[in-house]
Amino acid sequence: MYSKFALALGTALLTLLGAAQAQEAVEIGVVVELSGAGAPAGTNWRDGIRIAVDEINAEGGILGKPVKVTEYDTQTDPQISRALVQKAIDGSAYAIWGTIYSGSTLVNMLVAQQNSVPQFVGSEAPTIVEKGNPFVFRTSSGAQKGVPALVPYFKDTLKAKKVGVAWVNNEFGRGGRNVFIAEMKKAGIEVLADVPSEQAQTDYASDVSKLKQSGADAVFVYMNQEESARFLIEAKKQGLSMPLVGEVTLTEAKVIELAGPAAEGAIAHVGITATADQVEGIAAFREKFVKTFKRVPTHDAIKGYIGAWTTKYVTELVGKFDGEAFSEKMHGLCLPATKYPRILLDTCWDNRGEMSRPSFMVQVRNGSPVVIGTVPAN
Amino acid sequence: MMSQFLQVLLSGLATGSIYALVAIGFALVWQAAQTINFAQGEFVMLPAFLVLVGLNYFDLPLWGALLFGLAMSILILGAAFKKLVVEPILPHGGITLVIATIALGILIRESVKEFYSAEGQPFPSIFPSDPINIFGAVVSLQDILNLVLSLGIVVLLTLFLNRTRTGRCMQATAQNPAVAEILGVDVKRMVLYTFLINAALAALASFLITPVYLAKFSNGETLGLIAFIAAIIGGFNQIRGALVGGLLIGVLDNLVATYVTAEYRAALPLILLILIILVRPQGILGTPEGRAV
Repeated sequence: MYSKFALALGTALLTLLGAAQAQEAVEIGVVVELSGAGAPAGTNWRDGIRIAVDEINAEGGILGKPVKVTEYDTQTDPQISRALVQKAIDGSAYAIWGTIYSGSTLVNMLVAQQNSVPQFVGSEAPTIVEKGNPFVFRTSSGAQKGVPALVPYFKDTLKAKKVGVAWVNNEFGRGGRNVFIAEMKKAGIEVLADVPSEQAQTDYASDVSKLKQSGADAVFVYMNQEESARFLIEAKKQGLSMPLVGEVTLTEAKVIELAGPAAEGAIAHVGITATADQVEGIAAFREKFVKTFKRVPTHDAIKGYIGAWTTKYVTELVGKFDGEAFSEKMHGLCLPATKYPRILLDTCWDNRGEMSRPSFMVQVRNGSPVVIGTVPAN
Repeated sequence: MMSQFLQVLLSGLATGSIYALVAIGFALVWQAAQTINFAQGEFVMLPAFLVLVGLNYFDLPLWGALLFGLAMSILILGAAFKKLVVEPILPHGGITLVIATIALGILIRESVKEFYSAEGQPFPSIFPSDPINIFGAVVSLQDILNLVLSLGIVVLLTLFLNRTRTGRCMQATAQNPAVAEILGVDVKRMVLYTFLINAALAALASFLITPVYLAKFSNGETLGLIAFIAAIIGGFNQIRGALVGGLLIGVLDNLVATYVTAEYRAALPLILLILIILVRPQGILGTPEGRAV
């Protein structure tokens, strides 16, 4: 009698324990720029993740466990970001989502690497994937893949012979500027003006006047959001007439909102954009984002969203929560959008964590970015 | 080349004249309360957000929102600042008040960040942003109008202080409040006027510079520092000194960034400050102040 009762009690306890374990949440650390110069990018990244996490949890979480996210504000400070990645890992984070500023990522990704924790970043500096870190993965192509996609536009569409480059002097800007200058040299296009500016710079009068004086046929603008907006405002003030072409940020919703009419006509190559609503998944994400946050998502929001969903897809492919197995699976992995719809576009990662997917050329027309062409995955 | 020089000079003068408005505020508060208002940068940042509140929360037209921003600035940064911060703390000493203004600056900055987020916000321009052609040189109309308006305000302020009875009473109060009171000047009222004028100048500087800088909680940090240096360079006890200091920093910053180096432009005001302190401590147009113990 007693043995039967003990067996039943034991079975019940084990079942309860199992159920409790199944319900134990998987911790994720969102370490991102929520204040400081990177706040526009970081806030969008976080909000894209919030949408993804709601969806993932509504679909049963990851391997049956709900996702619990803790958000950490780096204040756009690399050293703080490093401490926060450590704090997230100390809090048992299974993965890190962030950071966006390359200068921060370069500092904090070592912490995730040392702890074998997969990290999805929004950073685009080429150096991120050149450090041999097997745990870092991009959510958009690096500048060394994105910037070369612009060369045909400068050469064939604009027929530019001489160009200028205006760039922000941080890890992101320097990386893009170096790739651009190398690509222009290869394409036989002369770089007449090379104009660096500082992060959070407010006065662009001298920068714009140098470009205006240079006699360039077009200008490549490679800056963060607020700097891009201030540059466009000054360019309009001084009547800078040549085409302004950028990579990703120049035509972002936040830049257009800040620069207003000064953003009109700006052109950019974007890895992913909420305006590409011919893609079903992007249109659905945009609709949900606008409904939730009452604003249009930027590419950083989509990057955060993709990072979160990739974590779910790949963990379930691996079948367990194991950072090293996750990292191994990611290298050389391709996720087709037909089978993994929340990845939005067919996406591949190489053995360094670099990603590849189709991209778009957009131009600001009547206050909105409009897709003017597509660029195949490279 | 001439066109570039003209544009750079003009941009420097336009920005410098806005620095001057803020620097004059430093000089006025110094003369009225013998203290330095380290929240002066935040006094320039806040009015832009008050205008945005008028535009976005009360649906006011731009001119209405500007008037709302100006009135609220005078009320909060002028009257309330004097009544709630300066008056209770000044009797405890100048240093205590300096620390209080630093704390006030942090409070304003963090409150704006909390209320309006850390992201930059667009701010409408009072003047058209299209360029104009002057003798073949395409220059910014917005810069020209900013410069004209700022200089106009400085001229009006100088006329008010030198040519009106109230202005002369304010100057008497600044020079020697005890004697001014004996001569029948309402010292408290004159000091209040000084604070109200400082708030109005800060608001006007805010309306002119924010369309280019964008409205952001952290704008005051750089602006406050540059204007403080401009006031020292020009002469802390002279309004025309603050004007000269502001214009000098604005023009040199742009010329150096264009023709010498852009990398060290942030260091330029500090280099100027060191040179002035070494060569002429009272500032370019300032007068030495003796202190007895």
